[in-house]
Amino acid sequence: MNLTTLMQTYVFVLAGFVGFLVIARVPPLLHTPLMSATNAISGISLVGSLVAAGAGRSVVSTVLGTIAVTAATINVVGGFIITRRMLGMFKRSDRRKSDAPQA
Amino acid sequence: MREALVQASYLLASVLFILSLKSLSRADTAARGVDLAVAGMAIAIVGTLMQQTVIDYRWIALGLGVGTVIGIPLGTRVPMTAMPQRIAIALTFGASAATLVGIAEYHDHRETLALGQRIAVAFEVVLGSLTVAGSFVAAGKLQEVLPSRPLTYRGQNAVNFALLGVIVVILGAVVAGKGGMPLFYTLVGLAFVAGISLVLPIGGADMPVVVALLNSYSGLASAATGFAISNNVLLVSGALDGASGFLLSMLMSKAMNRSFTNVLFGAFGSQTATPAVGAGTDLVATPISAEDAAVQLAYASNVVVVPGYGMAVAQAQHQVRELAELIEKRGGEVRYAIHPVAGRMPGHMNVLLAEANIPYDKLYDMDEINGDLSRADVALVIGANDVVNPAARTDPTSPIYGMPILNVDEAKSVIVLKRGMSVGFAGIDNMLFYQPRTRMLFGDAKASLVKLVTEIKAL
Repeated sequence: MNLTTLMQTYVFVLAGFVGFLVIARVPPLLHTPLMSATNAISGISLVGSLVAAGAGRSVVSTVLGTIAVTAATINVVGGFIITRRMLGMFKRSDRRKSDAPQA
Repeated sequence: MREALVQASYLLASVLFILSLKSLSRADTAARGVDLAVAGMAIAIVGTLMQQTVIDYRWIALGLGVGTVIGIPLGTRVPMTAMPQRIAIALTFGASAATLVGIAEYHDHRETLALGQRIAVAFEVVLGSLTVAGSFVAAGKLQEVLPSRPLTYRGQNAVNFALLGVIVVILGAVVAGKGGMPLFYTLVGLAFVAGISLVLPIGGADMPVVVALLNSYSGLASAATGFAISNNVLLVSGALDGASGFLLSMLMSKAMNRSFTNVLFGAFGSQTATPAVGAGTDLVATPISAEDAAVQLAYASNVVVVPGYGMAVAQAQHQVRELAELIEKRGGEVRYAIHPVAGRMPGHMNVLLAEANIPYDKLYDMDEINGDLSRADVALVIGANDVVNPAARTDPTSPIYGMPILNVDEAKSVIVLKRGMSVGFAGIDNMLFYQPRTRMLFGDAKASLVKLVTEIKAL
């Protein structure tokens, strides 16, 4: 294993720990918005797709990359919109209505 | 210099993603969390487009444009009841992006990839391809395009294990640098077949675990992409996504009293339904008329509503809210007790109730409300069965023994809205229905609720 792979493993493992700690605190009330949001965030594979589509490496890479950009963009755009829409429905009762999260 | 800016944009995006998930731990900050994630995403995209390797923007523009056009209706039009299959389809898209990038990477660079990168690419396409197919089948089952019951045949588990064995062997060969493109494509194809074959035997009621697990795989596939193309923001968000999916599937399995392996490979056992214990004995469930039930609810000061999937199927959320508002107007308090697997995905029931304008501070998790159920004047059970079955606490021979349940049987009185005396998913009878304090209001959930509302208004 070379040094780059080791450093990458370092980042991956630490991010995994952060993920567990942060996500364990999300209440069941918000588990569906959580899944929806992580889904939209996983659209970050867009960054890999952009390089494959735009680096002018080979026809295969450009075609697959373009399809990948499309698929990832669908997740980013659709995922963030639906998460916002969903969270807009979560309202507190009566007296504190003005503090409710806005969509 | 430019490369440093790109890396800085990835660092900023990673931090924003983590802060975004942190904001999701509270309902009043959750919407802001989404904004943080959107900002992170925008920064990462701009950073990537600045990279020196990106020289041709035509195809990128096409992909971004088409993706946006398809993504907008998927965000604005899909109803909340369809959220589970919407997530499953999103997993298909996300995983296919990772898989395609992996194939492109291997196609262009297979001669020069280091061992670590070959391992990463191989895992990327196996997890990606498996998730693409598995999520697609899961979405089909949730949408009921495919039969939601387990599809099984003799020797299924043996076939699946053999398939996984072959995949592991080929994965090893690809990592060792053997076989070229044909073997690599075989690996992608077999993982795809495995995805279909592994999800087909899993029943509709177990889908929350499967969808969460596929979410985890999809995250790991992104993380593998990060290893393959040395991209830290992919590593971080892949790890976050993987952790989230894994945690949620653990929680769901626990709430269903099943182990992972039992959910994934246990389709055979679940098909033998035990006969109802009530049948053949002299136990009688006591029915109640809508009129009497309405009186009981109208004069209760502490009501707990227990919604189950049956309520969501009947689309009766709005009638539930109407009923609750009437009781509240008469001075009663109405709270909702939500079991973790009440919907078709983690937290689904909360979204369905929030959509019907029920304030989220009235929704209580199982652990929050269980100690308090004994003080409820009326527990109103709507389309829930196994999750309120006291056998889970009291009967060690019951298949659901040990499953965490809502202790509805401790309430001062119980009204159960139910179509008939049929058994729940677990195929077992429910002693709650025969308790002296329990009354059964038979009929379609929505119709019964409408009757209750009319009766209370007439009081």
